[in-house]
This record gives sequence, C-alpha cells and structure tokens, in this order.
Amino acid sequence: MAVVTALPHDAEPIAHAPMSYWRAVGWRLARDPATLVAGAVLVCIVLAALLAPWLAPYDPSAGSIRLRLAPVGAPGHVLGTDEQGRDMLSRLLWGGRMTLVAGLTPVLVALALGTVLGVLAGYVGGLTNTLVMRTMDVFYAFPAVLLAIAISGALGPGLPNTLLSLSIVFVPRVVRVAESATVQVKGLEYIAAARASGSGVLPIMRHHLLANVLGPILVFASTQVSLCIILAAGLSFLGLGVTPPAAEWGLMLNTLRQSIYVNAIVPALPGVAIFVTSMAFNLLSDGLRDAMEIRA
Amino acid sequence: MWTYAGRRLLLAIPTLLGASIIVFAMVHLAPGDPIAAVMPAESSQAEIEATKKAYGFDKPLAVQYLVWLGRVAQGDLGRSIATRRAVILDVRDSLANSLVLALSSSLLAFGIGTALGLLAAFRQGRWLDKAASAIAVIGVSVPHYWAGIILIIVFSVWLNWLPAMGAADGGGPLAYLRHMTLPTVALALIPLGVITRVVRSAALDVLNQEFVLALRAKGLAARRVFTHVVKNSAPQIFTVLGLQFGFQLGGSVLVEAVFSWPGTGYLLNLAIFQRDIPVLQGVILVLATFFVLLNLAVDLLQTLVDPRIARH
Amino acid sequence: MSADNAMESRNNRDPRVSADAPLLEARGLRKHFPLRGGVLQRTYAWVRAVDDVSFDVYPAETLGIVGESGCGKSTLARLILRLIEADAGTVRFDGQDVRGAAPPQMKRLRRDMQLVFQDPYASLNPRLTIEDAVAFSLLVHGTRAAEARERARALLGRVGLDPRLYGRRYAHELSGGQRQRVNIARALVLDPKLLVLDEPVSALDKSVQAQVLNLLADLKAERALTYVFISHDLNVIEYVSGRVMVMYLGEVVETGTADALAQAPKHPYTQALFASAPSMDPDRRMDRPPIAGDPPNPIDPPSGCRFRTRCAFAMEQCAQAPPALRPVGPGHEAACYLFS
Repeated sequence: MAVVTALPHDAEPIAHAPMSYWRAVGWRLARDPATLVAGAVLVCIVLAALLAPWLAPYDPSAGSIRLRLAPVGAPGHVLGTDEQGRDMLSRLLWGGRMTLVAGLTPVLVALALGTVLGVLAGYVGGLTNTLVMRTMDVFYAFPAVLLAIAISGALGPGLPNTLLSLSIVFVPRVVRVAESATVQVKGLEYIAAARASGSGVLPIMRHHLLANVLGPILVFASTQVSLCIILAAGLSFLGLGVTPPAAEWGLMLNTLRQSIYVNAIVPALPGVAIFVTSMAFNLLSDGLRDAMEIRA
Repeated sequence: MWTYAGRRLLLAIPTLLGASIIVFAMVHLAPGDPIAAVMPAESSQAEIEATKKAYGFDKPLAVQYLVWLGRVAQGDLGRSIATRRAVILDVRDSLANSLVLALSSSLLAFGIGTALGLLAAFRQGRWLDKAASAIAVIGVSVPHYWAGIILIIVFSVWLNWLPAMGAADGGGPLAYLRHMTLPTVALALIPLGVITRVVRSAALDVLNQEFVLALRAKGLAARRVFTHVVKNSAPQIFTVLGLQFGFQLGGSVLVEAVFSWPGTGYLLNLAIFQRDIPVLQGVILVLATFFVLLNLAVDLLQTLVDPRIARH
Repeated sequence: MSADNAMESRNNRDPRVSADAPLLEARGLRKHFPLRGGVLQRTYAWVRAVDDVSFDVYPAETLGIVGESGCGKSTLARLILRLIEADAGTVRFDGQDVRGAAPPQMKRLRRDMQLVFQDPYASLNPRLTIEDAVAFSLLVHGTRAAEARERARALLGRVGLDPRLYGRRYAHELSGGQRQRVNIARALVLDPKLLVLDEPVSALDKSVQAQVLNLLADLKAERALTYVFISHDLNVIEYVSGRVMVMYLGEVVETGTADALAQAPKHPYTQALFASAPSMDPDRRMDRPPIAGDPPNPIDPPSGCRFRTRCAFAMEQCAQAPPALRPVGPGHEAACYLFS
C-alpha cells in the first residue's frame, strides 16, 4: 500500500509543560511591571473602601464649623478637613465605596446583558440581529456623557438612577463588541465541525463560541471601567449622582470647588483619588489586552 | 461608493428618530406628573390647560410623540421652566460658545497628539516613546473636570495669569481668548490621549509595511520615509479627529460647568440644578443631532478618501 | 464488505459490477447564494455555487471531486452533510433522506457521515485541548466523559499523536500536519461510514501531505471507510481516488474511473486540467490544448455550456443549451457536444 515512503514524523517534541489559556494569561500578567503596580494600587483602593468603617478615624458626615478647611497635615486630620470641617481622610475612604460601586456595577451589568444580547444577535443573525443592532445604534447617537446626563437628568439624582443611566450607556458598547466577535467566530470551521458532529446550539455556544468570544469582550469591558468611574464621579459632580451629605469623590470635588481660594490642596484630593483609580484600571486593562494576545 | 453613501444616509434616519424617542421619553421618565416636568409649579390653571393641549398629554404616547416631533421639526423646543424663554433661543446662544471650545480643544489635541504620536512611532521603544505612551494613558485616565480645577488653582489662583470663570462678555476678542485658554486645555486632555495612541499605532502600521521597510533598506532619506508615513496614515488620523470633535461637544458639559463657560454644557448644568426638563431635552436633542450628522460626515468623507471602506 | 476490498483501497471496485446499493445518492443538488447590495440591500444577483449536481458514492470507494477553486466543491461538501440547506435536490444516505430528516434523526445520521476541513488553523477550537476537541463529538452523543476521553486518546494515538505527549496540548502548539491528524481523529471518533474530506492536505507541505494521505489510506482500509475526497490538486486526486468527478463552475462536466480519466480524458476542460497539472510522466506533457483565460464569474455564468468561453472546441451549439452528461465509455460520462 505504501506508495510514498514513510517520512520521519513531522512532530518535534515540545519541551515546556502544557498550560491552559487562562493560566498562560495570568502568567504573563504577573510578569508585567506596570500591571503589577496598577493591580497593587487597586487592591489597596478596594481594601481601603471595604474597610472604611474600621479605617476611617472620624464619622465622615460629622463636621465642626471651627475646623473648616484645615490644611493637609493638620493635627488630628492628616488630609485636612472640608468646607464643613469634616475629616477628609474619612470622607475619601467612605467616598471610594460609592465611586467604586458606581464605576463597576454598570460595566458588570453591561458585561452580562451586553454579552447575552450581542452573542444572540451575532449567532442567530437575520432579523434578530437587525433589530438588536439598530436599537443599539440609537444609543450611539449620543456621546457617552450626554446620554448619561439625559437619563439621569430626567430621572433625578440618586445612586440607583446613576447606576441605571450608566448601564444604559455601556450595554450598547458591549453588545457591539460581542456581536462582531460572535459573527467572526461563528464563521470559523470548528463551529461547522461541531455542528457536523450533531451538536445542538447550546453545547456549541457553551464549549466553542463563548470560550472564544469572552476574551475580547472581557478586554473591552475592562477598558470601559475607567471611563465609567470618570462618568459616575462626573454625574455626582453635576449634582446628578449621590446626594449630600453622603461622601462620594465627584460630589466632594464639587462642594469643595468654591474653596480653592482658601485652600488649594484639599479640594484637589478627591480628584487625585478618581485619577489614580481610573489610571490603575486603564493600566490593568492594557496589561490584560497584551497578555491575551498570545495566539500567532 | 454612491450606494454606500446613500445607504449610510438612510441608516442615519432611524438613528435620529430613535434618538428623538429617547429625548421625548425624558419627560415621562421624570418622576411624577409629566406636566410638572415641563411647567413651573406656580403656573396658573389656564397656562396648565394650554400646555396640556399643546403637548397632548391626554392622548396616547405615540400621538404625543408625533405631535412633539412635529413641533421640534418647526424649531419649537418648548419653554424653559425657569425663565419661560423659548428653549431654542437659549440653545442657539450657547451652541456657538460650545462649538468654539470643541473646535479649539480638538485642534490643540490634534496638533500635539499627532506630533507626539509620530515622534513615538519613529523612536519606538526609546524614552520619547515611553513618555508619549504615558501621556496617552494619563490623557484618557484623567477626570477632565478635575484637571480644569487644577488648572484654575495653578494659573488663576497661584499665578494669576488667566481668568477662571466666564467668557468675558463684551470684553473684546483678546479677553475672550484669555478666557477660553484654560477650558480649551482641560478639554483637550482626553482627545490628546486618544489621538496620540491612534497616530502612534497608525504610523507604526505603515512603518512596518513591506514597502516602507524596502524604502528604508534602500537608504531612502528619513524625511522621505516620514512623508510616506504621514500620507498613508492620514485617513485614519482624520477619522479619529472627526469623531473626537463630536465627543467634545458632549464632553464639554463638565468642563463648562467648572469654568462657567456659557455654552450648552453650562446651560445643561443650570437645567439640571433647576430640574428644567424642557431645556435638558432641547440641548440634548440638538447636540445628539449634531453628533449624528458629524459622524455621518466623517463616514462619507472617509469613503471619499478611501473607497475600500464602502465595500464593508 | 469484504476485507479484500478494504485492503485494496487504491484500486476501488468498479461500480458497474457492484451489486451494492450506493451509500450516498445525491440528485439534482442546487445552491445559489444571493448577493445583496444597493441602498436597500436588495438581492441583485445570485452566485450559482452548485447547479444540478447528481452522483452516487458506493460503499468502500473513494470518489474524488476535482475542479478549480470557486467551482463549488466546498459548497457541495457542506450540502452533502447538510451544514447548509440546499435550494433543491435530494441527498440519501444509506437509504435515508438527509434533507428531510427531523432533528433527532439528523443527529443519528451525523454519526455516520463526517467532514475533515481544509484549514488546519480555523478548524480547531483554540480554547480546547486536542483530546477535548476530539472527545466533544462523543459527549454530544451521550458518551460518559471518562470513556469519551479514553476513546479520544486511543484514536489520537492511532493517527500518530501520542496522547501522553499531545493529549493536553492546544491546537496552536501543533504543526499544520499534526492539526490535520487531530481533525481526522475528530471526524473518526464517532465511527462514521462516510468521510467527506474537503481539501484535507492543500494547506500542508508536500512531504507532510504524503504522510497524511498514507494515514488516510491506512485508516480507510482498517475501518472500511468510504471517502469523498475534494481537491483542486489533480495529482492528489489521481493518487487517492477510484472514481473521479470533475466540476466546473458548479456543474459536473465529467465522471469516470481515475485510470480512464488519466488515460483518456474526454471533456475539453478535463483535458486542459491534465495538461496543466505538473506531471513527472514525459508522455503526458503538453500534447493537449492548454486552458485559456481565467474562469468566468460564477455570478453570471455563460449560457449553454459554462466552459465554452475558454474552450478550444467551442461550437455554435454550445451557447444554446447546456450539454447533458452522456456515456463516453464504460462507467465514463462527459457533458460535451463533442460526444453526442
């Protein structure tokens, strides 16, 4: 039978130990200094927010008129006090909770809802696709800030309204990414191979489609966290987010804004907190994107 | 190409209609009676009756929407609750100031971002590249409203070089320029970050193409290579510039609030403070329309420059 | 089928003397893809990918399908397996109607007919280890996980990939030839009767091609498989096939045994194909008219015989009506007016 003489096997033994995709991503993430620093900073910020009730030296909403706008390093108030004499350190710790909740929740909602809608639209195609994607296009008629203001402005201030309006901002973005990733993967031959083996739609989605579209969707969602934090704090800054006397970084920035002529450093602190958090998320998502680009 | 342009135009219509539905819905999203959302609390019974009739609040929602859309099409955006002035007048007055700011900040970001991005690409991996990357990350991470406050602290409070608030009504062009400097810088930060990134990667793409590698291998002068790179990455850069300009129109809300710049953002800020829904609606509708038309224009120009895009 | 027959995979039985019923019967298969465009995305033209194609595949033979790229071979493969729905025609597998099969029946049918894809990169899920990729088909059909893995590993070993070395690896860690072995294992794990091979070696180096072709031949003999082997490479087709079907722009222009086609190709297109194929045999070099020009667009095929625009023997008649397949020798048919 052997018309062609057997050639040596085309395998060259592979030396390194096999590694699952996500372990490889983790391995690469752990070797990127910028990502490590950003991750460490984020862990500190999240821990500080979680432990605020125990870490904060003062009640964040109790102030004293006599102690208004104490400078950074004032005795008993390491980061000074605000325009109502409330301890800044305590308020920054408590404020981080609100900002993190308002910055992360909408992206998580968008990740869940947007993935479902996008994968559905991409996989089913046809009329479903047109319907879903055209509806999402409508939300793209607004710059993100404006859409958030339109919805929050109509609904009125309050954390639930902020979460709702920001979720509406981010869902369409995730849908677009999920849909295009799904359409791309759906056309690949391994999906056809799974269909040829008699598999139904659900196992194909679970084992073949989701595993391959979740990566790009996750990377995209991670890039949106920083924007969401800036927008959430921005809504509070405009008076559309958390209502006083609660502590929230954007709101603190707004109420302290009038005091810059008295004390310039303390009013800038909440902004520093927003900036550092949003930058850490950006660096982390950059690192994640690079680490996930493993395939040749 | 013309069929693509036609198709793109046609698709803009449902998008605009959808956007108008969202703006229309704002009145009904507002808690409480919709009449309270568009009328001051102390209105007389007769005024309330007249408004009810004008809005058609007793009719089904679909009819209300069409009635509203008809009025909007004629330029009637309703009346402000706070001032009873026609919203269209307020929007018209403030839009010019916002456009000025959006344009100046886009140009500033474009100038610096392009230079930084190109330099970074040609010095890939060196310290200049790293600095440009750092600026890009900072640009997209910084809350620009906070950056505005910092600019005021430094340049107005400490150095006393530039004014912090307003637009110097009647102060002449020089005063106007001085007033717009700080808001322009604050607003330029985000597009600066974005444009630097895009220009760098676009230029790197061109630099890594085989024909450019060949040019370089042939010992072609650096200046010729540079011209080549700029020419080939220009369409992508201009697209981003156009899109960023659109974002600036909406993004200026927060910066205008910080600097009390009398643009649409400041108007929005006032409307939020006074819960003036008709003004909110009017500003958002006008800005969204502007945004959609701008995106459309960018798309169409892009097809003109690079006909390959139309095939997608 | 007898062991003799399976061993003798190179020289398939002659279908004329076969008493067996065909394993696969395709009749009048047609698939046209709409092309949409314009402002309203209306359909303005149709790509005639497959037009009125009929053929039989007998148990234990290898039917080769050859033609230039874009002639509808891959679409035909997907129509046979009902991965895409045909516009018209019937497919019968083992006497059962494939196109009309209800989902549960279709799932059973899929066990018996499998496909090996052309692209060794796109055809393996990058997130699955190769043993999971092979075992997946078994899980779909209700095999327990442990048993599915055992069978997948055994089969990987059979196709030349030691499961202890390769089982837990991902597709991107393998070479093109190794990936194609995985694809073959995946197709075989359900113990199918029919394997449709869509350009299985086209993406591989020549030396690796030979190894994979030999593996396919060995597997066919061991497992009494029936192959439909699709390729644009005439040398490969001649090497593996008992019978060959030549396609041009979605239509069948000639069928016959591999030997008959090699020795006496009838249709001018087949002649041109053999003439243009690089050959080691000096007797076969350039004594026939070479093919002229590029294949016409399948969107707007020529009237009558679709090959006439490139044919050295085109006559007036050829433009009027498409010629039907007619016998030109024992078990040999061609669709050309030269033989009517």
